[in-house]
Amino acid sequence: MLLREVGYARPGSLGEAIELLAADDGARALAGGQTLINVMKARAGSPDALVDLGRIEELKGIELGADGTLEIGAMTTYTEIIESSEARARPILGAVCAQIADVQVRNRGTIGGNICTSDPTNHLPPLLAALHAEMTIQSSDGTRTVPAADFFLGVYMTAVGPGELLTKIKLPAGRNDGFAAVTLGVEGTCIVSAAASANGSLTIALGCVDAVPVVLAPDSAEDDAIRTAVRAADLDPPSDVHASRAYRRHLAEVLAVRAARQAQGS
Amino acid sequence: MVSTEQTISVTINGTTYERDVEARKLLIHFIRDDLDLTGSHVGCDTGNCGACSVIVDGQLVKSCMMLAVQADGSNVETVEGLADGEQLSKLQQSFRDHHALQCGYCTPGMLMSATALLRSNPHPSEDEIKKGLQGNICRCTGYWNIFEAVKAASE
Repeated sequence: MLLREVGYARPGSLGEAIELLAADDGARALAGGQTLINVMKARAGSPDALVDLGRIEELKGIELGADGTLEIGAMTTYTEIIESSEARARPILGAVCAQIADVQVRNRGTIGGNICTSDPTNHLPPLLAALHAEMTIQSSDGTRTVPAADFFLGVYMTAVGPGELLTKIKLPAGRNDGFAAVTLGVEGTCIVSAAASANGSLTIALGCVDAVPVVLAPDSAEDDAIRTAVRAADLDPPSDVHASRAYRRHLAEVLAVRAARQAQGS
Repeated sequence: MVSTEQTISVTINGTTYERDVEARKLLIHFIRDDLDLTGSHVGCDTGNCGACSVIVDGQLVKSCMMLAVQADGSNVETVEGLADGEQLSKLQQSFRDHHALQCGYCTPGMLMSATALLRSNPHPSEDEIKKGLQGNICRCTGYWNIFEAVKAASE
């Protein structure tokens, strides 16, 4: 038996889930479990209770608005996004989800879990930051929306507070996006990642170089302007066994340019 | 209702089992230890190796990254369900014909991943076969014979 003793509940509605989470400081939401269950095995986290969101229909599904806006339920899996015809309105989303881990993980892992983990090496935090996503957070007091730029607060920390749940992610219309990463093996964890959106002015978001995605707005979409913007950010990424600080700084420039070129279709 | 133990009902390879389980029990341990279906293996216990892969409600999952209570009401398929009595499935026979295993430890997971792949995509490209097996690690074969076996079974 690997996990510490833990309580478990599987509410059928969003209201019930929020009530259960608010009632117990030691309770944590269980989404796809592809991070949390491993964290619990390693005892890096030991919640007293798990509130399983797996059977709450309100948290699933993808809706495409008439204006091209996508609304994605927090419990939508990577596989559902990859296979969704609605999600193709923003093609980069499925393309990046298809690069996450492997079939088994994509079948269980969710978009909400990916961003609420706020692991700097995850794919979706920089992508959603570049795409100007907006997160809907619900509690017993009502709902609020938080732009991606304010959602990620630190490593493993987001704007979702005690008694709150991320319920959906909203993406504005747009097709001119890009993503580039250097990973640990094909489709492994990111060493450095960059996402770009060129719908209107160019936005770049860099991953794995700080606790949260670093969002940049270069003066122009030219390669030189992008490199200048990355340098001006004065990044101070950590060194680890996979890459030194200097190499990560180098990769950030290269990948920002690659992502921007993809976004601009060149 | 939050509780540390629940009664669950899971159908595995067509047989329904009702058991009391602790919430902290992983699905792989429920399958192996409680039900004595030891075909599915525990390799790494960290979600990396795929030896514990099973199919839950039609979806390939790693059963060490799912709690048994999460499978309540589900239909689970394990490697024991592939053969029809003594008659191996086409894929299993292909593994045998192509010498797609050496120590055999990863084989149950490889078979379940390849079964899920061929169900959703009966004639995968070479690249699709490789991607379909990406979540499964083998330390003996160098993967080539496994790849050949899946390819032959898809023809």
